[in-house]
Amino acid sequence: MNDNVARHPGVAAESSHPEVHRKPEPVMFGFWVFLMSDLVLFAVLLATYATMSVHGVAGGPAPRDVTDLASAAIETALLLASSFTFGLASLAQKYEQDPRQTVRWLLVTAALGLAFLGLEARDFVRLVADGAVPQRSGFLSAHFTLLACHGLHVAAGLLWVGVLLMRMRVGRLQQVVRLRIMRLALFWHMLDIVWVAIVTVAFLFGAV
Amino acid sequence: MTGHDWIYWLFGTLRWSDFPPKGDLIADCAAGIAIAAPLAVVVLLTVKHRWRWLWEEWLTSLDHKRIGIMYTVIAFVMLARALIEAGLMRMQQALAVNADGVVSPEHFAQLFSTHGTAMIFFTAMPFLTGVINYVMPLQIGARDLTFPFLNAVGLWLTAAGAGIVMASLVVGKFAIGGWSAYPPFTETPFSPGEGVDYWIWAVSLASVGSMLSGINFAVTIYKERAPGMQLFRMPLFCWCALCTAILMIFAMPPLTVATGLLALDRYAGFHFFTNDLGGNMMAYANMFWLFGHPEVYILVLPAFGIWSEVISTFSGKRLYGYPSMVFAVMCIAVLSFTVWLHHFFTMGQSASVNAAFGIATMLIGIPTGVKVYDWLLTMYRGRIRLTAPMLFAITFIACFVIGGLSGIILANPPVDFAVHNSLFLVAHFHNMLVPGTLFGLLAGYMFWFPKVFGFRLDERWGRIAWVCWSGGFLAAFMPLYILGLMGATRRTAQFYRAEYEPFLLFAWAGAWLIAFGFVALLVQLWLSVKRRDELAAPIGDPWDGHSLEWWTPSPPPEYNFAVLPKVVDTETFTVMKRQESAYRSPDSYEDIEVPRNTGIPVIIGAAACVCAFALVWHIWWAAVAGFAAAWGALIVRSFDTDQMRTIPAADVRRQHEAWLTRARAATPIDRFAELEPANRGRAVATQ
Ligand code: HEM
Ligand SMILES: [Cu+2]
Repeated sequence: MNDNVARHPGVAAESSHPEVHRKPEPVMFGFWVFLMSDLVLFAVLLATYATMSVHGVAGGPAPRDVTDLASAAIETALLLASSFTFGLASLAQKYEQDPRQTVRWLLVTAALGLAFLGLEARDFVRLVADGAVPQRSGFLSAHFTLLACHGLHVAAGLLWVGVLLMRMRVGRLQQVVRLRIMRLALFWHMLDIVWVAIVTVAFLFGAV
Repeated sequence: MTGHDWIYWLFGTLRWSDFPPKGDLIADCAAGIAIAAPLAVVVLLTVKHRWRWLWEEWLTSLDHKRIGIMYTVIAFVMLARALIEAGLMRMQQALAVNADGVVSPEHFAQLFSTHGTAMIFFTAMPFLTGVINYVMPLQIGARDLTFPFLNAVGLWLTAAGAGIVMASLVVGKFAIGGWSAYPPFTETPFSPGEGVDYWIWAVSLASVGSMLSGINFAVTIYKERAPGMQLFRMPLFCWCALCTAILMIFAMPPLTVATGLLALDRYAGFHFFTNDLGGNMMAYANMFWLFGHPEVYILVLPAFGIWSEVISTFSGKRLYGYPSMVFAVMCIAVLSFTVWLHHFFTMGQSASVNAAFGIATMLIGIPTGVKVYDWLLTMYRGRIRLTAPMLFAITFIACFVIGGLSGIILANPPVDFAVHNSLFLVAHFHNMLVPGTLFGLLAGYMFWFPKVFGFRLDERWGRIAWVCWSGGFLAAFMPLYILGLMGATRRTAQFYRAEYEPFLLFAWAGAWLIAFGFVALLVQLWLSVKRRDELAAPIGDPWDGHSLEWWTPSPPPEYNFAVLPKVVDTETFTVMKRQESAYRSPDSYEDIEVPRNTGIPVIIGAAACVCAFALVWHIWWAAVAGFAAAWGALIVRSFDTDQMRTIPAADVRRQHEAWLTRARAATPIDRFAELEPANRGRAVATQ
């Protein structure tokens, strides 16, 4: 590799020493590429939602009828807060000697994520109780699928946090674990961004 | 709970009647082969006590070279199957003019669905992934791909998908909705049963595998190049691999969404693509071709790379117009995302939309034309040697121009209204895919074979294969242009116009010739293995090659390069040979780290295969178990701290010096004598 290529400015790497930065570089770059691919998935789902919410209502509930803005506001707050706490976990990993700081912030993040998933599940249950099931119309199929796909990603992130915490019990904060936390952080922030897009397209456009 | 419920819980919808005999002689024979062939392999491995060797040397390997070979093996197996199906279809159409022919219409529909699926997803894709896997890291002077473990996972997911397609030969039936599986026909009301589900899960596994490979290739090319290997010093094959990888990264997700939503419709009663309750099949067409069009460039770009290497090597010249080649490939990659609508010109969008996409489509002809001229000018005044790969290259150029012209014709929406869904279209895309992709990959196979196994392939049978393949291609597909213009529709099991008959018979003869071509490839391989001592070229450079892969022994050691090369030019190896520094000893050696073998990717693939098969048959417990096992295996891997193995510098030195000694001792042979037994792999250019 050429020496002058840009190094990943990973805030969470152990130190700013060039050697320490060079090794994670391909790994982090690979994860960015994966995220791009994953974003295409969400883009296609959002586009599907956009057409279905207009042409696929089939006389059933319309976007206005299924979006609960209050719930969405709380969910957004929870998810944004969890991104913030993940940022704190990343900083702790870089600046604190004691790995317990990182663990603590990861736990807070996971708790916020779990609360988000709980609220989302409550939204789903309510819709189903109202008869607004995904089998009712193309629009509802798209609504449930888009949200559930994001929700599944969050759930996968939570599982990942769990595995990482277990992994940290086995060993200490070695370079491998640090790198994994950095990647999980990227993943988590991306889910936040996707959520903002979902809120805009699915909740705000629909309700206003 | 009744007895029947228990059966459903345990076996889902799978019943005895789904197993052979199926009451259709041809289908029973196919099932018989699908059972007998793997059994024969198992017996052979047991008798020869080769299981341990297979597991330790191959299945668990993370070496990109071995993974590349395994991909190619999958491709050849599936090619054999898909060719038999093609021959059957040709036979059916030839014999079914005003008659019944040999297979039922439903069976014919299965044939074209499995043929298309097997050719695109399980022949062409594994083949090109295999070649890129093998060659690209060597060409950029890397020790491996960036993510060897991920690479193996991709391989085994692809294998799992291929296994699912193969299982459908034996258990139950495959889809009858074509390789594109358009809804609403593939929705439950029109296609109940397991067929479409087989298609969905096979293709999903393969597409996830390809997405992973794409990421791996792109990151490797960006990050692992040897010192001095600037992007514009990469061999053209690597540029093509890079663009292919980028297409894989962005084009596979729409396919995953399309198959996923179709699955939701079928399994959970959703309404994405159904006829009622707001479903919209145009959404499927959009998603599918958002993948499908870039896919055809995923298929053909690696072949473009191979042609560039083959033509410049066997013309003894530098590739003409290297920068224009690079820009052309990049243009094609970008444009490929802007034309997907030409696949549904006739489905009701406005004339202006059609016009825009028609023009966008025609634009692709420009960079492609640039490439054709560059290849021709590379040959112009070259000292051409007509070896088998070069013969394929020349046929390719001629045929590809015809195919491209027919594509430009189809890009014209009014014309497309007239001939789409006719055999004209089938002729067009085979005209692109057979000479473009398949001949390219076959040429690559013959070109790099001595690198991979240390001995050359028999040249005479290579040329026989070339005659059969190119003659067979022309005979099998040129009549289809005429038939299409005469109004013969595609995917049709019987015709009622006697004037089609001569053309159909001719095309059938072409299919036979292609079948001989495939047999010729097998004979070539068999003879070459038998005569491998005579054909051996272990020094590594049998064709007077230009790029770095030829600067390694054949086969290369698992770490590829004992010392990383210093790259000074697109044709560094040529420069080294000219300066007589190619076989000089390096100053010092270092320890080299390589990944340890692991069985976890095999487990992931097997678990994914079980999960997919269980989903097809609604065996929910097994689906959950397979899914959990696949992810569980991945989590187990994340606790493994001992993933690398060090090869001590002393061992590297010993092996490398031994090779250098042999290389220096070998008599250099003139490149025009490359087919002589004296060619031990040290070629020189004598002007
Ligand atoms: C080399 C010998 C080949 C022969 C004789 C052959 C023959 C055929 C025939 C007869 C059909 C059905 C056309 C119809 O529906 O009437 C077909 C369809 C198709 N073939 Fe081939 N083929 C060959 C190679 C290939 C290759 C190399 C590829 C791709 C890499 C390929 C991809 C396809 C696809 C995608 C379809 C469309 C299936 C559908 O209708 O959904 N074929 N081929
Ligand atoms: Cu296209």
